[in-house]
Amino acid sequence: MPKELFNKKDIDRALTRMAHEIIEKNKGTDRLCLVGIQRGGVHLAKRLASKIKEIEKKEIPVGSLDIAFYRDDLNIRKAQAIVRKTDVPFEVTDQKIILVDDVLFTGRSIRAALDALMDLGRPASIQLAVLIDRGHRELPIKADYVGKNIPTSLSENVEVQLEEEGLEDRIILEKIGIKD
Amino acid sequence: MILIEKGHIIDPSQGIDGIGDVLIENGKIKEVNIQSKGQRAKSKEQGAESKSTPIHPYPSRGEGKGGGESLFPEPRVINAEGMFVIPGLIDMHVHLREPGFEYKETIKTGTAAAIRGGFTTVCCMPNTYPINDNASVTEFIIRKALEGLCTVLPIGAITKGQKGKELVEMGTMKDEGCIAFSDDGLPVMNSLIMRRALEYSKAFGLPIISHCEDLTLSEDGVMSEGLLSMTLGLRGIPAEAEQIMVFRDILLAELTRGKLHIAHVSTEGSVKLIRNAKKRGVNVTAETCPHYFSLTEDAVKNYDTNAKVNPPLRTKRDIEAIKEGLKDGTIDVIATDHAPHHRDEKLKEFDLAPPGISGLETALGLSMKLVDEGVLTISQLIEKMSLNPARILGLLTPHLSSLITGPKGTLAKGADADVTIIDTKKEVTVESSKFVSKGKNTPFDGWVLKGVPFMTISKARIYEWR
Amino acid sequence: MLNKDLLGIKELSVEDINLILDTAAGFKDVLGRDIKKVPALRGKTAVNLFFEPSTRTRTSFELAAKRLSTDVINFSVPTSSVVKGESLIDTALTVQALGADFIIIRHSSAGVPHLLAKKLRASVINAGDGTNEHPTQALLDAFTIREKKGRIEGLDIALVGDIIHSRVAKSNIYGLTKLGANVRLIGPPTLIPREMEDFGVGVFHSMEEGLKNVDVVMMLRIQMERQGKGFFPSTEEYSKNWGLTQERLLLAKDDVIVMHPGPMNRGIEISSEIADGPRSVILEQVTNGLAVRMAVMYLLAGVKR
Repeated sequence: MPKELFNKKDIDRALTRMAHEIIEKNKGTDRLCLVGIQRGGVHLAKRLASKIKEIEKKEIPVGSLDIAFYRDDLNIRKAQAIVRKTDVPFEVTDQKIILVDDVLFTGRSIRAALDALMDLGRPASIQLAVLIDRGHRELPIKADYVGKNIPTSLSENVEVQLEEEGLEDRIILEKIGIKD
Repeated sequence: MILIEKGHIIDPSQGIDGIGDVLIENGKIKEVNIQSKGQRAKSKEQGAESKSTPIHPYPSRGEGKGGGESLFPEPRVINAEGMFVIPGLIDMHVHLREPGFEYKETIKTGTAAAIRGGFTTVCCMPNTYPINDNASVTEFIIRKALEGLCTVLPIGAITKGQKGKELVEMGTMKDEGCIAFSDDGLPVMNSLIMRRALEYSKAFGLPIISHCEDLTLSEDGVMSEGLLSMTLGLRGIPAEAEQIMVFRDILLAELTRGKLHIAHVSTEGSVKLIRNAKKRGVNVTAETCPHYFSLTEDAVKNYDTNAKVNPPLRTKRDIEAIKEGLKDGTIDVIATDHAPHHRDEKLKEFDLAPPGISGLETALGLSMKLVDEGVLTISQLIEKMSLNPARILGLLTPHLSSLITGPKGTLAKGADADVTIIDTKKEVTVESSKFVSKGKNTPFDGWVLKGVPFMTISKARIYEWR
Repeated sequence: MLNKDLLGIKELSVEDINLILDTAAGFKDVLGRDIKKVPALRGKTAVNLFFEPSTRTRTSFELAAKRLSTDVINFSVPTSSVVKGESLIDTALTVQALGADFIIIRHSSAGVPHLLAKKLRASVINAGDGTNEHPTQALLDAFTIREKKGRIEGLDIALVGDIIHSRVAKSNIYGLTKLGANVRLIGPPTLIPREMEDFGVGVFHSMEEGLKNVDVVMMLRIQMERQGKGFFPSTEEYSKNWGLTQERLLLAKDDVIVMHPGPMNRGIEISSEIADGPRSVILEQVTNGLAVRMAVMYLLAGVKR
């Protein structure tokens, strides 16, 4: 029986706070770009961009990054990783990139995203914004902006459901088998 | 002396089909007693009386040519209850590969495989190395055959080197022991040479066995031509490649009144041509092989080289036509075309793998299916595999050659004691790795066959398997 | 992808084909960037085992492997292994012993990739086996058509030339019919097998008839050796009757695309104007070939053994 951790309002408030933090930490929006990691991060990146626009009245470029070709688990995954679009229609070099993902878990996706991003150019800096940090890092990766910290066990799964995917906005926690 | 008792004896040569006993003495059939269901009992005596008749001890070694010291003070009695007792099977189309290709098979291993398959006589084709196209190679084979576990009768080539140009010395080779002539592996493409062969052979009364294949049509084909060959990307051999030569050879046999035997018939069209020719009174006989009534070209779907054979496996229609041909007598003989190859040779590109199936050890089981299906009665099957080959090769009446001392293909009194006892109830799963033959190349691996030899008696020896 | 090997289009389902084409689209993007490489198959080894000469296919596979960060070894066996004395199986096992993860094989005998796939742990990719199949060519052709036309289903596609000897034609026929296209074959009767009609493809012996309103024309290479064996009397006669000229091309739809697997015999099966003209997508086929081959290797590597 999945348990609802965050509802629509909670998500919205967290994103608003994160948008403010991003602007504050970067002292404005100069050279700022958002890149969402397929799939969950892409919608969140767009939402963050529109919130930042509301606050600072500035448009920031948004891109989407597919990390399938940079994964390290080709043989281990149960199913074939689906290849999605990488669409970064702006110059990456010398920009301050904020990677956006929905759930931060082992950190391996972020590692792949870093490699993918670096093959597109040489950013001035890369920061990480995630909606949920569920712990259990396997690599030394840390998020700069976190919506909520949720400690979980390995027999649980956190799923972020979004309107853009045709679902209600919410974050659920459910019990599964042991992670394989 | 050997007494085979209580078996179901089937001897089409004498019209025998009933339960009874067979008595063997000094390597010859002494008598056959039918106790029930027999059309013609051979002897008036009851079974019990013959058993108590004092007998000479039977030699357990030697060539069965006459009496001799025995190691057994008493006669060997074999209980054949529930089994068929038949004249030993005769395979008139076998490749023993010796001389020259001993890595594929030798006369010793080939005859051992024959015995295992229930065959007591095999006729070996001349495409050895050197080719059996002269008396000295024939003599070599005859000599080696003495070690063979069953009788080996050589078939000589039709032309020197099987090149299709010059006839061999048929008379001389007959004297040395050849019982027929064939360029098998190859056809005689030149019609004039084939005509001469059919004419000349008449002087010696020996059949010309023809491998019917128009090489210009079959070219470098490796399987039957059709939708499947196109789908697999393999070059096909049209059925017409066989039929054209069958037709030609029949006409030449008609023209010359020579004795023609058509090897390995594989197509519907050939069956029709032969049927027609027989109606007209042409002196033609024909053989087919178990794979041509058991498998279609589908067997090569996965590029399985074990199903690569020449002529190639054909279609369901051809299988039906061949069964019909066996049933109505158009096809006289079931032979194996036993073609053993070394494992490495078959583990190759499909195009390059040599064609051939190692068939001696599966022939009887596959042929028994015809009896199950009602295509042939058991008596008719024995005709195809023993009586008719003997008739065609003139083995029913003893030859002057040193090889054959008594009639074969029959259990008549005085015939050679070549007997096969078949267990029709036992089911065996084909395991090529356990073949006695050196050749393990068969597409029948895993098939379950009923009707396997329980015992084979040949050249004064008894071979049995539990 | 069900299987560790790519032996032919015959063995692929429509889902498999679409998965490969979708994945190839992702790789085509990569090929458009500055850094045309991804680390997806880093550390793997691909061996090109070509028993038939080929520069373009071999180079395409080699580059595809390198773009995936895979190491490449090229084994060019001049003629059949029989001449070398080493058996096919031995050569393949040697290659595997070198640590090959992929064996890309081209051979003049049909069924060779199937034989190797049975015996080897590595993923076997058929780069052309006799007159059987050339699956990656058909996949890149399908990709090209899909990219240009937006779909394959319902299109009228004509294949012209030496169908009977062409593994490219066979693979395309299997693939395009699976994907729902209406396939037509055009050529002299000696070069189109009778059995093709059982495949649900149209057979034409006249260009004027066969090219009417087609969306795609795929020209096949005429091999000169066939002339000697009675398949057609001369290349002049062939060209006159079945060569693709501007007039004949006008019979097709206005937005027809012209394809050719290469290498072309300019002036024989295809005129130079068309080969270099606006309707030709021949060079794009080459680029797409790279993306498709990357996709194939990527997907095969992900199959659990």
